[in-house]
Amino acid sequence: MIGLVIVSHSAKLAAGVHELAAQMAGGQVAIGQAGGLSDDGETLGTDASRILSAIDEVWCDDGVLLLMDLGSAVMSAEMALEMLPEHRRKNCLLSNAPLVEGAIVAALHASLGEPLQAVNAVAEAALSVPKLAGAG
Amino acid sequence: MAQEITTKQLRKWLLAYAARIIENEGHLTELDTAIGDADHGVNMRRGMGKLQERLHDEGQSEDVSAFLRSVAMTLINGVGGAAGPLYGTFFLRAATSPTNGSSIDLEQLTQMFRYGLDGLQQRGKAQADDKTMIDTIQPAVEAMEAALAAHQSAAVVLAAARQAAHLGMKHTIEIEARKGRASYLGPHSIGHQDPGATSAYFLFETAAEVFTTTGAD
Repeated sequence: MIGLVIVSHSAKLAAGVHELAAQMAGGQVAIGQAGGLSDDGETLGTDASRILSAIDEVWCDDGVLLLMDLGSAVMSAEMALEMLPEHRRKNCLLSNAPLVEGAIVAALHASLGEPLQAVNAVAEAALSVPKLAGAG
Repeated sequence: MAQEITTKQLRKWLLAYAARIIENEGHLTELDTAIGDADHGVNMRRGMGKLQERLHDEGQSEDVSAFLRSVAMTLINGVGGAAGPLYGTFFLRAATSPTNGSSIDLEQLTQMFRYGLDGLQQRGKAQADDKTMIDTIQPAVEAMEAALAAHQSAAVVLAAARQAAHLGMKHTIEIEARKGRASYLGPHSIGHQDPGATSAYFLFETAAEVFTTTGAD
């Protein structure tokens, strides 16, 4: 079963998304958090080494999917991947999914035992699901 | 300057850089308030505080690559915002450039900046004229390479880098942002100097000061 990592500028946002996603996964999926700067949970920002630790925590050979909030979260996540050993790097994927919707959908599908690429595909598809009835 | 720049001199340079950034925190905040999210001054000051602590640590490796890597990790952990991964990448990539172990010569210093610049462009995907730190660093590196090819002295090479970096920084006032938070402002970003280009300028300003005055240090 794949693992997930939530990357956010805010530790509180990462914890909140984790809470929502974990509820969907029935406690079966390892979900890591990398929110805020490592030395101070109150400081906004993203930190590649914190992301790296979160990947380590949830690591499983089926792979790890990373979901990011915005802007430099993506740069820090790319950097964390570059720091991974080769055999792990190729089993990690950065998702283009929206953070909240993507994390919830990914947690659900991961808990069903779906592979990394498939979980990412449904998470990214959440981008085109309209929020309002009749919209889109 | 000495023929070779030692790790000790690189440390002195980055201490000077950290001090310059801290002195200019208010200025960087002001620039970032105009076109960004007002966090560049605070983020850089926090990172530079961490860097000062790190640089004052005793018992560090005198190996140039190891030194640059530890600078990179300190910035990645300590800066935050987009500047953390960007400056972190700059030094992480610079750490992979050729050295003579515990020192570098002028050509290797130029290569170090070139490696850093290339890494930065890959990470941030910014080009010249996007109104970013690239607008400072790219012309500075090109000026260093040109002066080096013309067999100029270290003082001339570093002065050329500083001047090109300064012109590049000032050029960001005239152009529209195409990267980062400022790009949301579109044409309204014209008329404001880019904060990242400004903090990057100080790298070359302090390099020119430190590497040309420390002599045999």
